Amino acid sequence: MDKSTFEERKAIRGEMHVSQRHDSAHKHVSGTADYIDDMPEPAGTLHGALGMTDRAHAEITAMDLSAVAAMPGVVLVLTAKDMPHSNDISPSHLHDEPVLADGVVQFHGQPAFAVIAETRDIARRATRLAQITYRDLPHFTDILDAVAHGGQLVTQPLTLQRGDAEAELEKAPRRLKGSMRIGGQEHFYLEGHIALAIPGEDDEVTVWSSTQHPSEIQHMVSHVLGVPSNAVTVNVRRMGGGFGGKETQGNQFAALAAVAAKRLNRAVKFRPDRDEDMTATGKRHDFLVDYDVGYDDEGRIQAVHANYAARCGYSSDLSGPVTDRALFHADSSYFYPHVKLTSQPLKTNTVSNTAYRGFGGPQGMVGGERIIEEIAYQLGKDPLEIRKLNFYGDKGSGRDVTPYHQQVEDNIIAQIVAELEESADYQTRRQMILAFNRESRVIRKGIALTPVKFGISFTMTAFNQAGALVHIYQDGSIHLNHGGTEMGQGLYIKVAQVIADSFQVDLDRVRITATTTGKVPNTSATAASSGSDLNGMAAHDAARQIKERLVAFACERWQTTPDHVSFVPNHVKIGEELVPFPEFIKQAYMGRIQLSAAGYYKTPKIHWDRASGRGTPFYYFAYGAAVSEVSIDTLTGEYMVDRVDVLHDVGRSLNPAIDIGQIEGGFVQGMGWLTTEELWWDDKGRLRTHAPSTYKIPLASDRPKIFNVKLAEWSANAEKTIGRSKAVGEPPFMLPISVLEALSMAVASVADYRECPRLDAPATPERVLMAVERLRNNGRPS
Amino acid sequence: MPQPTGSISFVLNNREITLSDVAPTTTLLDYLRLERRLTGTKEGCAEGDCGACTVLVGRLVGDRLVYESINACIRFLGSLQATHVVTVEHLAQDGALHPVQQAMVDFHGSQCGFCTPGFVMSLYGLWLSNENPSRADIEKALQGNLCRCTGYEPIVRAAEAAAEARPSDIFDPIAREREAITARLKALAPTETITVRQGENCLIVPADGDSLAAALSDNPGATVVAGSTDVGLWVTKQMRPINPVIFINGISELQQIEESEAGLTIGAGVSYTMAFAALSRTFPGFGPLIDRIGGEQVRNMGTIGGNIANGSPIGDSPPPLIVLGATVTLRSRDGRRTLPLEDFFIAYGKQDRKPGEFVESIFVPRLPADDLFAAYKISKRRDEDISALLGAFRLSVDNGVVRSARIAFGGMAATPKRATNVEAALIGKPWSEDTVRAAQVAFETDYQPLTDWRATSDYRMLTAKNLLMRFFLESGGEIAQLRRFEETV
Repeated sequence: MDKSTFEERKAIRGEMHVSQRHDSAHKHVSGTADYIDDMPEPAGTLHGALGMTDRAHAEITAMDLSAVAAMPGVVLVLTAKDMPHSNDISPSHLHDEPVLADGVVQFHGQPAFAVIAETRDIARRATRLAQITYRDLPHFTDILDAVAHGGQLVTQPLTLQRGDAEAELEKAPRRLKGSMRIGGQEHFYLEGHIALAIPGEDDEVTVWSSTQHPSEIQHMVSHVLGVPSNAVTVNVRRMGGGFGGKETQGNQFAALAAVAAKRLNRAVKFRPDRDEDMTATGKRHDFLVDYDVGYDDEGRIQAVHANYAARCGYSSDLSGPVTDRALFHADSSYFYPHVKLTSQPLKTNTVSNTAYRGFGGPQGMVGGERIIEEIAYQLGKDPLEIRKLNFYGDKGSGRDVTPYHQQVEDNIIAQIVAELEESADYQTRRQMILAFNRESRVIRKGIALTPVKFGISFTMTAFNQAGALVHIYQDGSIHLNHGGTEMGQGLYIKVAQVIADSFQVDLDRVRITATTTGKVPNTSATAASSGSDLNGMAAHDAARQIKERLVAFACERWQTTPDHVSFVPNHVKIGEELVPFPEFIKQAYMGRIQLSAAGYYKTPKIHWDRASGRGTPFYYFAYGAAVSEVSIDTLTGEYMVDRVDVLHDVGRSLNPAIDIGQIEGGFVQGMGWLTTEELWWDDKGRLRTHAPSTYKIPLASDRPKIFNVKLAEWSANAEKTIGRSKAVGEPPFMLPISVLEALSMAVASVADYRECPRLDAPATPERVLMAVERLRNNGRPS
Repeated sequence: MPQPTGSISFVLNNREITLSDVAPTTTLLDYLRLERRLTGTKEGCAEGDCGACTVLVGRLVGDRLVYESINACIRFLGSLQATHVVTVEHLAQDGALHPVQQAMVDFHGSQCGFCTPGFVMSLYGLWLSNENPSRADIEKALQGNLCRCTGYEPIVRAAEAAAEARPSDIFDPIAREREAITARLKALAPTETITVRQGENCLIVPADGDSLAAALSDNPGATVVAGSTDVGLWVTKQMRPINPVIFINGISELQQIEESEAGLTIGAGVSYTMAFAALSRTFPGFGPLIDRIGGEQVRNMGTIGGNIANGSPIGDSPPPLIVLGATVTLRSRDGRRTLPLEDFFIAYGKQDRKPGEFVESIFVPRLPADDLFAAYKISKRRDEDISALLGAFRLSVDNGVVRSARIAFGGMAATPKRATNVEAALIGKPWSEDTVRAAQVAFETDYQPLTDWRATSDYRMLTAKNLLMRFFLESGGEIAQLRRFEETV
């Protein structure tokens, strides 16, 4: 290395705020990125399969597994009684979630035993030989059924209250009540759940798990085995998608693999078939929202009273915080002068619902946007007009306090919406669509602009902490590790950019390494969009520590002061001297400088008191908005998304290409949730949409025909986040609420927009057609 | 060199494989991943719906070597005689990515990466067959690939960019090896029946129709497998035994399409891809259905004969074939018999196929020039979805009066079924909106559809009625359905 290298190259490759390819992209496309099932198996690896029940709610009166055990190739059959220490993997610590059903089946498909065999095929076949007899108990799978049968809850409900909603509703000039059903959603990560447990010495075990939450896998495995956490190491290099579905749902597979591995002293792998994965693991919560709204003649909201009832499934899992977050987002982007919001986390005989991108927030916001839409139809106005009237005001405007008493300090929604309204040519297009609908008999169009304001932070304050571990080796190469997991969202590359930027070295000098509980302990789930905020800052802190030592070393060696030492592209500049980074590191090693640091970060400012419903649960908000235009066929209910324009706020983007990928992908995933993705249970309580043949996520041909996505480049986070960036994982998921509302407008056209179609989600072609029929018949004298 | 009986031979990437120990139920995917440790090909669903396991399979069509994307998860290893299997590992050369791979990297077409090898292979199949794909072509090529992360936009952009990237000195494994592979596959084409036995298991690959008839006569309980897009799931999902099995996908005599003055004869082994192309040329009303059965991989594997022979009430080809007056020819060692297609479907799960018989071909008579014909598929998701219902309509109108009518639906009854009461309500009446409204009521006497996860009974009934209205409106030139792309003729 000589000085000319530096002078020619002005900047490093891979600094922050510049688009970088996903670190594994070249491996993804050539099939060399290893997922857990691709790793070479240790000699003698055995394979597990779940033995599933076929009752929604029943007592197991007898379970004869002799034929299962007798099948050639079967090595071990596990039941609840075989869990060495505990059969409990409840993430909420309410002890309501067994690894294997023990005496009582609580949902159709709940695993009651597991088979370990020489091959996966044998294990799967053996499960079918079980003879289980049941005594059926009454089951209810649906929200209304659950309410009708006593409304048992899986966890404590939440109330958010400000002002006096009940009294103000009475006084309001106008008032409307309604209800809306919002369906659940299967994650459909392309890589299903998988765990590979490799037994170690003494009580040790290593588990490779496709998980967003290695620390929880570690805790659950240690709890089930009855060993301390330090005996269990959990690793994950990458997941083939997570979306919240791998926050807690990997526990049962990891626990079973670990139990079998320790008992047999052989490696054990669990990889459920897709249908088993979809049957035995939780999904997004579906909701029934009842709302009662008072407003004035202009459309300004005066009071909102709403109840959010959720199908939680048989156990609590994460339903508490999920239903909480639904309430936190029931205001969407709007100020409710008086408000009372309640959650109702209902127990049902279905698989326990869990985290899913947005974590209840999307359902909360869909309810809030429905209220706006209802008011608009009541008043015969464009819903966008009602939205603007009700947006939160600027800080100190008196219209800046949320239902949970947090002041909104960083509000930019009006600016986002105004800019998008202009760039997407919303008003002109709306007029053209109204004109089109007057002329078109069968095909009708709709357009809608909806906003997003999403609170960033775990509402469980303790989870807002993270660690990182950074080593620099003697050759100047850097080893990076942190507690965040990579599921495709680009977290690893973003944090690597933070490190490259901190040391001012090219990105290829930074080695990204697999997440492991052995390097960074006590991590939080990579969830709540928090990955780069938390881990980026923790890694930055580790780099800061090493840099401080390096600066001190330079001052001593070169006899100078810290203001004369700086990290410049691929060099350290000391006075006028440029020392290539590797050379400088080598000297630091020789000077006995510690070249490794554990970084740490905790989010400032936030606090939350659930009992009183007051606090500042969110560090900041991420904003965005979308305009969607759709066409529907009023004879069949079929539809098409013609055009989507998005303007989204990621603060100062750490990696624009990755962030745009999150927005585009989140949009299409959210659109699937609100359109074609339908979960359907039969009268036996059996989920019948448990494979891609029956559960329909969007295809390439479902994506918007025209899809314009822009970042709000002028935005910077008001808070001191890493590079003033903002979280991006979840907020874009709510942009396609505009698709649902555009479909609604197209439906409303058949009754001249006099009536809000009250389209439930998902708006399948069937729901669209039935809404068309309903509106036509309502206008018709019977 | 004559093909030794008792083994299955094919080319995998650049090596020839001969297997004398093949279970009837072993899938290509399991073989790749477990036996050969080619782990680039992924299992996402094991039912041919997500495309993570997409590989290309080259086969000789006449003298031409044709590569098609298929789902390795439901393709049986024993069905690969005389084929060239190309996996994602074969694309890059000495670390240099193929243009299709490079475009996926450059346009950020992967996030979690799990679906990516499958997308790469589907895009590679498109790249090989279409130098200038339209957005519609790209979407069609990707109908059998699910991505949950990207929202597809960057993948479509990558496909467009890859189409442009065709430097003359490019390394393309298939281009380089085409001649050698063609010669190898010719040598591997069976001249007599291959029988592979493994304990109780028996796997038969007949060389031609005669040997198929003989094999089926000797093994009347055998499972006949053509494209395995249905039987594949019996194995991967239900773990049903299919032994003994007869793989007929290599029998070229069953893959012929003959056009005559009288009509179109389509061999039972013709894939959807090829059958629907021929059908839509002769019967333009088929056009909108072409790319709505399965994804590209399933259309490349599945056959029109299989779609009929499995007797599903929601098979997509029977309703339009029934209204066109198609006949089906069944063959056995004792000879052939031909019957109207609608008579083939007796009841749910029951067809008029005797032991030892197989579906040999379908004959579709030409449509008189003035006849109106259309087929409409309704599903929750537009593409790669199983029909909630599918209606086919054929009408002859003379001086404004309906002279004859044939209407058939799938998804409305236990078999693909004619709407005879609706037909009666139309015949002899003026072809008008009033007639249509009156005839719509007759659907209620023709069908009592079920409610299931695809649709409620009410929706099926209402939509069936409305499809008759759509047919009427379109016959008058009105726009009465959505089209994602302008029709290209």
